[in-house]
Amino acid sequence: MDEKKSFGARALAFARDNIVPILFIVICIICIPLSGFSPSYLINEIVTRMGRNIFLILCLLVPIMAGMGLNFGMTLGAMAGEIALIFVSDWQIWGIPGVVLAMILQIPFSILLGLLCGSIMNRAKGREMITSYIISFFMNGLYQLVVLYMMGSIIPIKHFSIKLPRGYGIRNTVSLLNMRQCLDNLLAVNVKGVKIPVLTFLIIGVLCLFIVWFRKTKLGQDMRAVGQDMEVARDAGINVERTRLISIVISTVMAGFGMIIYLQNMGNISTYSSHSQIGMFCIAALLVGGASVDKASIGNVFLGVILFHTMFIVAPRAGAAITGDSMIGEYFRVFCSYGVITIALVMYETKKRRNKSKTAQELARAAAEETAKEAAK
Amino acid sequence: MKKEPRDQNRNSPSKFNDEVENISAARAPSDLERAKMGPLKAMAASFGLPRLIITGFLLLMFIAAPFVGNDFWTQISNVINRFSWNAILVLAMVPMIHSGCGLNFGLPLGIISGLLGATLSIEFGFTGPVSFFMAILIATPIAVVLGAGYGWLLNKIKGGEMMIATYVGFSSVSFMCMMWLLLPYRSPTMVWGFAGKGLRTTISLEGFYNEVLAGFWQIRIGDNFKIPTGTLLFFALMAFLMWAFLHTKTGTAMTAVGSNPAFAKAAGVDVDRLRLLSVVLSTWLGALGILVYEQGFGFIQLYNAPFYMALPAVSAILIGGASVNKASIANVIVGTFLFQGMVTMTPTVMNSAIHMDMSEVIRIIVSEGMILYALTRKTEGGAR
Repeated sequence: MDEKKSFGARALAFARDNIVPILFIVICIICIPLSGFSPSYLINEIVTRMGRNIFLILCLLVPIMAGMGLNFGMTLGAMAGEIALIFVSDWQIWGIPGVVLAMILQIPFSILLGLLCGSIMNRAKGREMITSYIISFFMNGLYQLVVLYMMGSIIPIKHFSIKLPRGYGIRNTVSLLNMRQCLDNLLAVNVKGVKIPVLTFLIIGVLCLFIVWFRKTKLGQDMRAVGQDMEVARDAGINVERTRLISIVISTVMAGFGMIIYLQNMGNISTYSSHSQIGMFCIAALLVGGASVDKASIGNVFLGVILFHTMFIVAPRAGAAITGDSMIGEYFRVFCSYGVITIALVMYETKKRRNKSKTAQELARAAAEETAKEAAK
Repeated sequence: MKKEPRDQNRNSPSKFNDEVENISAARAPSDLERAKMGPLKAMAASFGLPRLIITGFLLLMFIAAPFVGNDFWTQISNVINRFSWNAILVLAMVPMIHSGCGLNFGLPLGIISGLLGATLSIEFGFTGPVSFFMAILIATPIAVVLGAGYGWLLNKIKGGEMMIATYVGFSSVSFMCMMWLLLPYRSPTMVWGFAGKGLRTTISLEGFYNEVLAGFWQIRIGDNFKIPTGTLLFFALMAFLMWAFLHTKTGTAMTAVGSNPAFAKAAGVDVDRLRLLSVVLSTWLGALGILVYEQGFGFIQLYNAPFYMALPAVSAILIGGASVNKASIANVIVGTFLFQGMVTMTPTVMNSAIHMDMSEVIRIIVSEGMILYALTRKTEGGAR
């Protein structure tokens, strides 16, 4: 009897802790048959999207480890990646060499942006998320200034296919046709009509190993200590500011790599909008996988990508099937992404408050016992 | 001449003066210190550097406008008009800042209540000025209910308000995107012509409440100088009510909650109730604000339009000199004027001067930069 009750309670606690993934599994189960997609099409799409997105989402893990929450500033890395790709396509270096060159080229940009972002976030401790969110908007302004006005006028851009007709500024879309899926197609394996981009997955695997290894290094341990409690970490002799800065720089650089992988799969750059959506979708996907603001694992990333993108693929068709209007589905998936982030943030904050009051209660109880002991003496 | 007293102070051997200098560097200067500093420096200190830069920029724009061939009075009139559209949306920030809930990034929730009021008022067949007042009447209960829910949520998550407010706003806007299509609106002026259902993206207010306030006692000088007296008066009324409210017992208690929640609680103030009240007030003002905006603009914008409407309002009040936990009516007026002035002046002047429309970029950089600046300042009073 007692055991049964505890099982029920445990199931309830499990459901409460994992409400977001469970909700999404339910949505997917309802929507998949309604959408009428064939399983092979669905699997193919999901595998493609996994290869495209996982690297980008993995870059969110490091700042979470350092207790800085969801890094909305990952868009900065995405911008660095885009700028590098614009240069490479201007220089007409295509295929694998182009991708590799862009990856190398984006490193200094993203390190610079990461340092900027990290130092601003160090000045706004306790408000990192909203700050990084605003930074991403702010940098979007600077990015537009550089790409729309300086490229071609101050920064030399030779090729006319990517320049606006007025002589300066980059076109709305930059085609990467000669680079399209070159990473994915190298070593690709076809299993029953499902194309598996082995090389991309290998790169992702290497990154996963890197993260697992990084957690065990001195720096990784420092980050976890900082994430647990900044003051305690500082007392233990850890340079808190520097550690936090490094975590953001790593995240930004990785986001730059991720963006290049993402864009070579897409085959073109939407110069002024690619990066602004990427942050939201990556964060939503990570949260769908069951991560929270202070805890996220590689498993969350994989589960999140699969669930989130299944919803993303099937929602418009399912929405059209239910209401006869395909726009409903489009809006529905946007609503889901925002809703998921909201729920996850609310859950995180309530949990934080609950823990805080629990600690306070324990402290109070300990203090009471102490006084009782004193009185007994 | 006027700089002398300050220099004397600096050279004086008294250690006390040094200490005063040190302290005053860390906080806003008091009246006494301001008097000692001389006018220019005092202005800089009380005004803040970013504000000074923006004011300078705006002045430069006003001076440059006639030289590059823009009519000065048209520009002034434009700025005043834009001010009148937006001022109440900025005013909506005040209650939540006062009660320590931070900047109301969840303003879209209030805007949605306003939009519901506006569309329902038209749907029920009201026209002319009546439709405006009916819109307010219908929007009020919606704003109160939504605001109460939102306030209840924010009470559960004290400390993380701003981030969650942002996403509450976004979720509600994207939820309403579906609802605008699904709700059974039938009025032919609002729905898509061919389908007969689903609201249009923009709805013209011609024949409803277009310029209902702006046209009231409007002052016209020549063709291109118009002052929307009615809207300005309406804003003045709202601002006065807000000021009066903040000086009532409830209002002061609200300020106390914002500046020191622990102290307020010890003094017997119901912190949660006051925070809830401030959020409801903020949401309602957001609803009112969007209705006033629409009557000036002449259109109702639905779907994705409310998404980023919170950010201009937030940066306007910050440009006006508010911080994350301190704001006054003067901040609202100065901030809205500076921000809207910048937004309206830059494109016209830039366009005629260098034939390059960088206004959007400048707007983004300045407004987001301002929010960033405010977020990185240390909050006073230890509200966290």
